Amino acid sequence: MSFLALLARNRLALAGLVVMALVVALALVTPLLPLADPDVTDTGNRFLPPFSEGALLGTDHLGRDLLSRLLWGTRLSLAVGFAAAVIAAVLGAAVGIVAGYYGGRVDNLIMRGVDMLMAFPYILLALAIVAALGPGLLNALIAVAAVNIPFFARNIRGITVGIAHKEFVDAAKLAGMGDGRIILSEVLPNVIPVIVIAMSTTVGWMILETAGLSFLGLGSQPPQADLGSMLGEARSALITNPHTSVVPGMMILVIVMAINLLGDGVRDALDPRLRSGALSRPMAATMVRREGPVPQPEGEALLALRELRTEFHVKQRVYRALGGVSLGVRPGECLGIIGESGSGKSVTALSVMGLVASPPGVIAGGAVHYRGEDLVGATYERLRSLRGREIAYIFQDPLATLHPLYTVGDQLAEAIRVHRGVSRGEARSRTLALLRDVRIPNAESRLDSYPHEMSGGMRQRVGIAMALANDPQVIIADEPTTALDVTVQAQILSLLDTLRREKGLAIVFITHDFGVVAQLCDRVAVMYAGRIVEEGPTQAVLETPAHPYTRRLIACVPELGEGKRVLHAIPGLPPAVDALPPGCAFAPRCDKAAEACREGDVALHGGARKVRCLFPETAPETDPETAAEAAQ
Amino acid sequence: MGSYILKRLVSAIPVLLGITVIVFAIMALIPGDPATAILGSYATPENVEKLNRDLGLDKPAVQRYAIWLWNMVQGDFGRSFSLNRPVLDEVLDRFGATLVLAGTSFVLCSVVGVAAGVVSAARQYGAADRGITFAVLLGISIPSFFLGMMMILLFAVRLRWFPASGMWPIYGDRHLWVLLRHLTMPALALAVVATGVVARLARSAMLEVLRQDYIRTARAKGVPERGVIWRHALRAAMVSIIPVLGIQAGFVLSGAVYIEMVFQWPGVGRMLVDAILKRDILLVQGGVVFVAACYVLFNIVVDVAQSLLDPRIKT
Amino acid sequence: MTVALKLEELSKTFAVGKRLFGPPKGRVHAVHPVTLEIASGETLGIVGESGCGKSTLARMLVGLLEPSGGHIEIDGEPLDNADPAVFGKRIQYVFQDPISSLNPRKTIRQIMEVPLKRLHRMDKAQRAARISEIFSQVNLREEFLDRYPHEFSGGQAQRIGIARALAAEARILILDEPVSALDVSVQAQVLNLLADLKARLGLTYLFISHDLAVVEAVSDRVAVLYFGSVVELGRAEEVFAHPRHPYTRLLADSAPVVGRALTAPEGRETELPDPLNPPRGCAFRARCPNAGPRCAGEVPMLDGRSQQAACFHPLHPGA
Repeated sequence: MSFLALLARNRLALAGLVVMALVVALALVTPLLPLADPDVTDTGNRFLPPFSEGALLGTDHLGRDLLSRLLWGTRLSLAVGFAAAVIAAVLGAAVGIVAGYYGGRVDNLIMRGVDMLMAFPYILLALAIVAALGPGLLNALIAVAAVNIPFFARNIRGITVGIAHKEFVDAAKLAGMGDGRIILSEVLPNVIPVIVIAMSTTVGWMILETAGLSFLGLGSQPPQADLGSMLGEARSALITNPHTSVVPGMMILVIVMAINLLGDGVRDALDPRLRSGALSRPMAATMVRREGPVPQPEGEALLALRELRTEFHVKQRVYRALGGVSLGVRPGECLGIIGESGSGKSVTALSVMGLVASPPGVIAGGAVHYRGEDLVGATYERLRSLRGREIAYIFQDPLATLHPLYTVGDQLAEAIRVHRGVSRGEARSRTLALLRDVRIPNAESRLDSYPHEMSGGMRQRVGIAMALANDPQVIIADEPTTALDVTVQAQILSLLDTLRREKGLAIVFITHDFGVVAQLCDRVAVMYAGRIVEEGPTQAVLETPAHPYTRRLIACVPELGEGKRVLHAIPGLPPAVDALPPGCAFAPRCDKAAEACREGDVALHGGARKVRCLFPETAPETDPETAAEAAQ
Repeated sequence: MGSYILKRLVSAIPVLLGITVIVFAIMALIPGDPATAILGSYATPENVEKLNRDLGLDKPAVQRYAIWLWNMVQGDFGRSFSLNRPVLDEVLDRFGATLVLAGTSFVLCSVVGVAAGVVSAARQYGAADRGITFAVLLGISIPSFFLGMMMILLFAVRLRWFPASGMWPIYGDRHLWVLLRHLTMPALALAVVATGVVARLARSAMLEVLRQDYIRTARAKGVPERGVIWRHALRAAMVSIIPVLGIQAGFVLSGAVYIEMVFQWPGVGRMLVDAILKRDILLVQGGVVFVAACYVLFNIVVDVAQSLLDPRIKT
Repeated sequence: MTVALKLEELSKTFAVGKRLFGPPKGRVHAVHPVTLEIASGETLGIVGESGCGKSTLARMLVGLLEPSGGHIEIDGEPLDNADPAVFGKRIQYVFQDPISSLNPRKTIRQIMEVPLKRLHRMDKAQRAARISEIFSQVNLREEFLDRYPHEFSGGQAQRIGIARALAAEARILILDEPVSALDVSVQAQVLNLLADLKARLGLTYLFISHDLAVVEAVSDRVAVLYFGSVVELGRAEEVFAHPRHPYTRLLADSAPVVGRALTAPEGRETELPDPLNPPRGCAFRARCPNAGPRCAGEVPMLDGRSQQAACFHPLHPGA
């Protein structure tokens, strides 16, 4: 969507734009209007009230026409404010880009200077400049622009540092670009939106500051007047003739408010994070808007998902992340969910306890049964009391998932204390026991460590300890080893396996790695485009995959020990979940797809081994080996 | 921690020196014969001669700077010709009044601003959020001096709740209660803009933090929503709020200049404006350096607070 | 066999805690002196865990980082100055994150034209012809040229990144984790494309990855990096099947493999040493089951004929 269309959608910004357009237009045509001379005094007609004959807004203490002075003053204030903003933005951005791009000594020296200037409360610097140059509007403009340069410089430098370390800048260097060209064609286009945002949100401030200096008598000098000096001159008559103060004061308020509204609109339209709605605050639990009948609990599973549908509503688009997922995990069992990114495996995990970020997430149908109780329909308080106590999570990146400002001990103790009223001392000794359970060396000294002081593997052990804090029945592990190195991954996986056997835990293990599934899970479900395409005992699924997707996915993963070889890639891409094809989602990439695959919905069928395919690779029910396994 | 404070204090020395260099350089911009420019064309020859002697204007700039700096280190900021008393005495008297005003406003804007931002973020798009957002917009758009004038009209002239100006009554006792009555309006008028800025920032910092993975972790372990907002999210958001509070302290000090003019508050800001208009350069120089130095020290306090909050800062 | 790329004692040291004046507070040896030769048409895999220095090594090879010591030779000519534009025509780089390696505010055509314009001074018609030639080589449709990077999936963006590297007409490509940001089904497409390009254009690859299976599947020889040093170097099919260095064996045993029971190959909960405070002697000795007194005193050097290992107590003495 274009920038203007985005801006126009924001009604407040539009109002600001209209007001600003009006004020600017008025200021532009002021010389053409049939107004009284703003500087001609007429002491006989001083302090005329508004709506007087010949003076619509009245006159001031020297009998000058207020309307005329207001319009001429507005013209002046706008011009000075904008000029100061442009000067500060251009110079500040230039300094910031140079410092941020070159880094090192250049950056260090420039930023020390900027810090020096920012060590002044800004008006002191402005006052010092005016004191040296003498009062006057131009000098006030210089002062205001000068004191704002450091703010722009620091802001733009921060952004530039981020961009200068992006890989596309390296790529441009390798493609033969010099520094000057990179700054102009790679860095600047990415910085300009930030400069525009910074400018649009500070123009109002600049107008206020120049008006302020004039108000103090240090800006525009009589008889010339901007809005600030009008207010300053009117101050002595504030009590007797308030209208002379109210008129310029209100004008400043209206202008600055319109600019701020417009500035916010510009920011919202240019900031990509705001555009995608990412700055929404996720609610305490995922929003539930179930349509259709709510499935009833059945079977002996401890935790069972039944036809669960989770969607993301972004603007007008609906992304069907989960298109009816049914799964169950029995006590002490480890169920793997495997799939590529976007297949819905993480959404499945987060939907269980209502942890899908909402907005934009919505649970649109189905149920999650824990011991027969529907969690999707549960109250927030009920859900909260189960979170961490009965069903706990282990997340992917242990650095991002632990709070950076609390010690490991505090975070573990909190996990216990939100569910059980134990004393601090008790919580601490239990915490210590937990750290020992997850084999953290020197557990005692680690209690008071912060997450950033630990290695990735140790942090993930803390993550596991936190999940174990209340002896839950089910642990949902969402790619817990993906962020770890392979040697550390092996340690964590074997720890998880030991713990689950010791404590009889049920684990739902989300991963994209067949090797991990093979080593850890009893059963595995394969997901594609938001649905389960195959499910069954791990060994059977991996050895004789029934769904063409499973078979080809396994075939395209290189395996250690097979040497150099050509891989069997799957052509094409997984479908986008806001535009799923009718019928089987894999059909467009499948070499066995027939007309029937592209028409109706394909059901997941079978017993212990289920497959969602009309032409499965092996007929699951007749396979004696898997039938025997299912019977056990 | 002690070593960190010491380190920050030591690192403030070059900043303080830089401040004096900048002020000295700006004052060197004064065109023409400095003494006449400073004192104006009606200055008596004695005054011009005295100033030349005080500033050592016959000497080269570096030497002049060194003398000026050395005198300041010894507590001699020179003598104000317009007030005919030592600059430091005047600045110290006035700075106390400014500190009362700006300090009150700073506490107000920090507490109210952060609380408003948190509530606004926690109730994003709700009625409270909309109300706060509008109030914030109004607050950051209104010139504080105009707001002050309107407050005088309403609360002092019309309603007669508060005195219109000054810090103390001309006659009568100097009780705390009397001071508070005089302080209420200027402190509020001064706090409005900064409160708006802080609330805005606190809101966006909270929204940013609430999207983080560790907030999801807190929810996943069953922390009640109130704890998620005030214990987990606010603490993390404070890491980006505190530096802004440091900057806002500078803005409050700056805004105090206008408010002191409007409310006839006997602070250092009014003194500076008067000094500029009277071209009492030594008073301007001394006042600027003194207040800037105090602000630098205050920012060390901010840094120390930040390092207490955030263990990732190496102490 | 001609040597396409030769590194001699190439090393990189970073200063930590820089000050405006005076020496830094500490130094980290990200890459200890590395000597390697890559034959023309060969794929050398470099494998190691995070922090082992593999990306630092790669960035030095294309001039994005200035080496602290040592020499680089390309086709027998020394190339030591850290100017990426000079390196660009001889050796190119394919980035790990395909999306962030493309400027979000430029069209694919603008991105593709830069190396042709800057490195080869082609005019407009030549550039258009060359771009369509490259795009057909990497199986990309020309209609993509006027779109912006955010419109592409990771796999497509990585093809574009490869196309850009090809545009420079360098004979050597440094592939820095080129598939680790991609899903497995797309990963296989990109790996096959790389193999195909190499065969057709006679390229030489330095393939960096943390994924042992991927490295084994694409490489002729493999170098294993640990803590900034090459600890083992040998033929791809041998290195993981018959490791000589205990660290290589630990890596191979840690990789999850279908059909192998889950075991923790390391009894101890040990991890990488602190780079600011490196251990004396062999960096791996704290984790090593075979560590002896000599390991604490001396740093082992690469030793052996076809399969070299930097270890005083290698697992297979012969080789």
